[in-house]
Amino acid sequence: MDDLRQKYLTAIGDAADETVLEDLRVAAVGKKGEVSLKMRELGKMTPEERQVAGPKLNALKDEINAALAAKKEALADTALDERLKSEWLDVTLPGQPRRQGTIHPVSQVTEEVTAILADMGFSVAEGPQIEDDWFNFDALNIPDHHPARGEMDTFYMHRDEGDNRLPHVLRTHTSPVQIRAMQKHGAPIRVIAPGRVYRADYDQTHTPMFHQVEGLAIDRDISMANLKWVLEEFFSVFFGTSVKTRFRASHFPFTEPSAEVDIQCSWEGGTVKVGEGEGWLEVLGSGMVHPNVIRAGGIDPDDWQGFAFGMGIDRMAMLKYGIPDLRAFFDSDLRWLRHYGFSALSVPTLHGGL
Amino acid sequence: MKFTLSWLKEHLDTTAGVDEIAETLTDLGLEVEEVVNPSEKLRGFTLGKVLKAEKHPDADRLRVCQVETDQGEKQIICGAPNAREGITVVIAHPGTYIPGIDTTIQVGKIRGVESHGMMCSEREMELSDEHDGIIELPSGAVGESFTDWLAANQPDKIDPVIEIAITPNRQDALGVEGIARDLAARGVGTKIEKPIAPVPGAFPSPINVTIDDDTLDGAPHFTGRLIRGVKNGPSPEWLQKRLKAIGLRPISALVDITNFFTYDRNRPLHVFDADKTHGDLRVHRAKGGEELLALDEKTYTFAPGMMIISGGRAPESIAGVMGGEDSGVTEDTVNVFLESAYWDPVTIARTARALKINSDAKYRFERGVDPEFTLPGLELATQMVLDLCGGEPGEVVSAGAATKTELSFRLDTDRCSSLVGMDIPAATQRETLERLGFTVDEAKTTEMGNQGAVHKWYRPPSWRPDILGEADLVEEVARIASLTNLEPKPMARAQVGVPRPILTTNQRREQAARRTAAALGYNECVTYSFIDQASAALFGGGTDATRVANPISSEMSHMRPALLPGLLQAAARNQARGFSDLALFEVGAAFHGGEPEEQYTLVTGLLIGRTALKDVHGAARDVTLYDAKADAEAVLAALGAPAKAQIFRDTAECWHPGRSGRVALGPKKTLAVFGEIHPKILKAMDVKGPAVGFTVWPAEIPEPRKAGASRGALDISDLQAVERDFAFVLDAGVEAVNVVNAAQGADKVLIEEVRVFDEFIGGALGDGKKSIAITVRIQPREKTLTDAEIDAVAQAVVAKVGKATGGVLRG
Repeated sequence: MDDLRQKYLTAIGDAADETVLEDLRVAAVGKKGEVSLKMRELGKMTPEERQVAGPKLNALKDEINAALAAKKEALADTALDERLKSEWLDVTLPGQPRRQGTIHPVSQVTEEVTAILADMGFSVAEGPQIEDDWFNFDALNIPDHHPARGEMDTFYMHRDEGDNRLPHVLRTHTSPVQIRAMQKHGAPIRVIAPGRVYRADYDQTHTPMFHQVEGLAIDRDISMANLKWVLEEFFSVFFGTSVKTRFRASHFPFTEPSAEVDIQCSWEGGTVKVGEGEGWLEVLGSGMVHPNVIRAGGIDPDDWQGFAFGMGIDRMAMLKYGIPDLRAFFDSDLRWLRHYGFSALSVPTLHGGL
Repeated sequence: MKFTLSWLKEHLDTTAGVDEIAETLTDLGLEVEEVVNPSEKLRGFTLGKVLKAEKHPDADRLRVCQVETDQGEKQIICGAPNAREGITVVIAHPGTYIPGIDTTIQVGKIRGVESHGMMCSEREMELSDEHDGIIELPSGAVGESFTDWLAANQPDKIDPVIEIAITPNRQDALGVEGIARDLAARGVGTKIEKPIAPVPGAFPSPINVTIDDDTLDGAPHFTGRLIRGVKNGPSPEWLQKRLKAIGLRPISALVDITNFFTYDRNRPLHVFDADKTHGDLRVHRAKGGEELLALDEKTYTFAPGMMIISGGRAPESIAGVMGGEDSGVTEDTVNVFLESAYWDPVTIARTARALKINSDAKYRFERGVDPEFTLPGLELATQMVLDLCGGEPGEVVSAGAATKTELSFRLDTDRCSSLVGMDIPAATQRETLERLGFTVDEAKTTEMGNQGAVHKWYRPPSWRPDILGEADLVEEVARIASLTNLEPKPMARAQVGVPRPILTTNQRREQAARRTAAALGYNECVTYSFIDQASAALFGGGTDATRVANPISSEMSHMRPALLPGLLQAAARNQARGFSDLALFEVGAAFHGGEPEEQYTLVTGLLIGRTALKDVHGAARDVTLYDAKADAEAVLAALGAPAKAQIFRDTAECWHPGRSGRVALGPKKTLAVFGEIHPKILKAMDVKGPAVGFTVWPAEIPEPRKAGASRGALDISDLQAVERDFAFVLDAGVEAVNVVNAAQGADKVLIEEVRVFDEFIGGALGDGKKSIAITVRIQPREKTLTDAEIDAVAQAVVAKVGKATGGVLRG
């Protein structure tokens, strides 16, 4: 029996292909195979002989079957390896083309600003871009003859002859949204209003349309010191580094007291770095909302007070992302959109970073 | 507003340098725009003494000088004729930059002899045009800094010029005196008070002045006086220098005097040549149609109600705005009538705006000059005329009276802390106001004190008409104390706990649309809200309703009626740069009218050219209507639009009429359009096609039902689904959607999905025919279906489609 085992295991090991292997299977464990014939002889044996030979034969059959299966798989593997070797493709060829979309920096920064200020309890208010003269000026304590009107380079909308209303304006700032929000929601209120604004000015650093975000917080005891804290928190999260601010006295008709706000920066090598150095960069106007403005919003200034600020979104984007030219924001040059744009999935969040 | 440091020091006794003053001004709210300090560029120059000067061995005009300097004795070659032994000179050592010749001095050899520096002329240091020789100083010690010497001996040569921006509330800082007052209040020096002595008149005024009753509101106070026998010529050098330093052109003594007081005291004046005016002067409202040739040599025609000053015959001056050319003073003027008046700011602003005049006087009067300084200003100016031009003063004539404001406001010394968040001692607050010229209203303080208030009431000074409330007093106190001292204080959360979501449905939709479009491969653009009339008209806009009255260019004359024209223009620009395959989108407002509420938000995508650049896999192909449709549907899905919307074929004119569709809930409620851009539009806008696009109206999508976050149960079967394909031959005009809907209706329980997978037009089918092939997915619900049951469903599909569309199974 050992001879038989040796004979077949050697032959199986030497088998070159599946045909040889099949022949060996038939010869060994097929119906008339040598092992099968031996098993048939068991019946003729004495019970004692059978008790010895039976298990041995069964074991031999199992061993041959296992060797056949193993060899079959080995042969298949070899064949597959051969085939795969011939299936070579040039993996350095480009992948299937796929368009890569981008988000404009103005949108990205607007979402960043919203994410930060929403955490401080500000919701987002909106207002029309073609604005009523009253909302854009009078309600903001800028009466008809106020010199600030002349300095704003206002765009006016056409008025038909016979329509004696004051012409509507393209809003010169997002501040009219303050009034609309106060009228709608009353106090206390915390809102920001991002959006397009318009001034009739076009040169190296000005475009007739740009983006601002307005902030307004009205409550019983909000002070300018709170404003400073809110802005320093905002800038620190926005720029990802601790940013100090400097308040300078100024004047806006809609706030009193008013302050221009500078952020700390360095100017080394012709680039601005926010949050370090000894320099200061003017970035926004702010102040405590003027009692007349609170009143125009339908709120009693004797009971309520608060702050407002307004800053340029495009300007913030330029500072944070090192974009040199404002005019290019609105030119839609594909190369610019691709270079300065953001991936669809990089949604700014406070927990994931901005 | 420009002024020089020495001019400031006429009103302010201070030891502060120009840097400290500039920083303080900015901090006070008088933002410094520029400081031009001539001594900046003279820092390296020192004084030296020429010990010996000998002729250069190889040059007749050059001298070899031995000069004693702070760095020892140096040999310097000099070409100046006055270089000689014993004179004190200004030395530039090697390494010093010489501004006048834009050169940094080096050690060099001049005709074989070494020279270690330079002795400079005034021109070389940009002090003057003087270049006849090197500077010879009458005093000074060797080694002394030249700027120190100039500061001590000729300060006007290095007088720094400071320019500040004026906010509309601070007309008082349009005079150097007002600026000095602010600095003194901060503690940067002491204000120099100059008493103003009235000049007695020597004769009764032959010219009288009246203000019409209906004009007193616009012209409350007018003063003037005749000065006889003046000699008008160039003003003295000190005055000319001052005016030149701040960018004004000296004209003649009389004109220069008016300019001086405009800047010194924010007191605009006017001078008439009394020999050219006719009779008495009358301040009145124009009837309309009167004309005047003004000092800017333009003729103005007055509208009824405008305020003018007329002589006996005609208008002589546009009150408070600009004088008349004919009555203006000249070098030959002998008798001058000096005017100092107070005009109502609103009246001046309106008149000047209507006449489109921007003068120094108008700029100041519309901001409101000090109404109580009208007569003192006249007296000061009279004295200066007498000092500079001689002559004999007449008596003052006046009409109206100085307006006095009786306003006073409570200084609640706690308010600074509650409003600004700065704790400033009450005594300091009061002192600040008093230094700024506020006075205590004792009567009011007493009266209100009786009611339990302990705060003082303050009356603003006459030069601060901007002070109109309690908050203004707080602002003054905080401003003078400096807002740089403001310490941030945390603002409490509006609500305790984790902030709740704040975006509205539409705000979330805008973000979702934007991110979806970008994920679909579109590049987001932000194009101007303005567009040219012709382009606007192509998209149903461009009418007067959306016209900007004062556009900056004809390219930006109208508010855009849609986002497509701006994107097409962007596409044309990119094509001109060599990018022909584009996927652009924008999310933003468009305007269907000129009223504030006629604005709506759109999401528009534009695909142009091929889906990709030419590629090795042959995947790139021309964009089609179906790309735009798929993207529109993806955006709609991201915004939560219902899946079952109808498609209508009636689209706006900017779309290809046969290749565009409107996704709508019923005929009126449009959620989106998609399609090919009309070829005429591509031609008009110079865009090379193919071009397809879509627009979504996010706000039109119905609000989601407030059903909470639950998704509902998942309804799936464990039984295997069966798919059967059918091909129908139809009339070419039959829309696939009808086939799909009919098939779907064949068995509403078992048929889970119907998909179109093939369309074939013409060929063997013949003209006007097409074949549409669909896959019907049959999902057993309760038990596995028998072949007979499946056949029954298939029969029903064929029957339903046949009935609905006339389609027959393709043989």
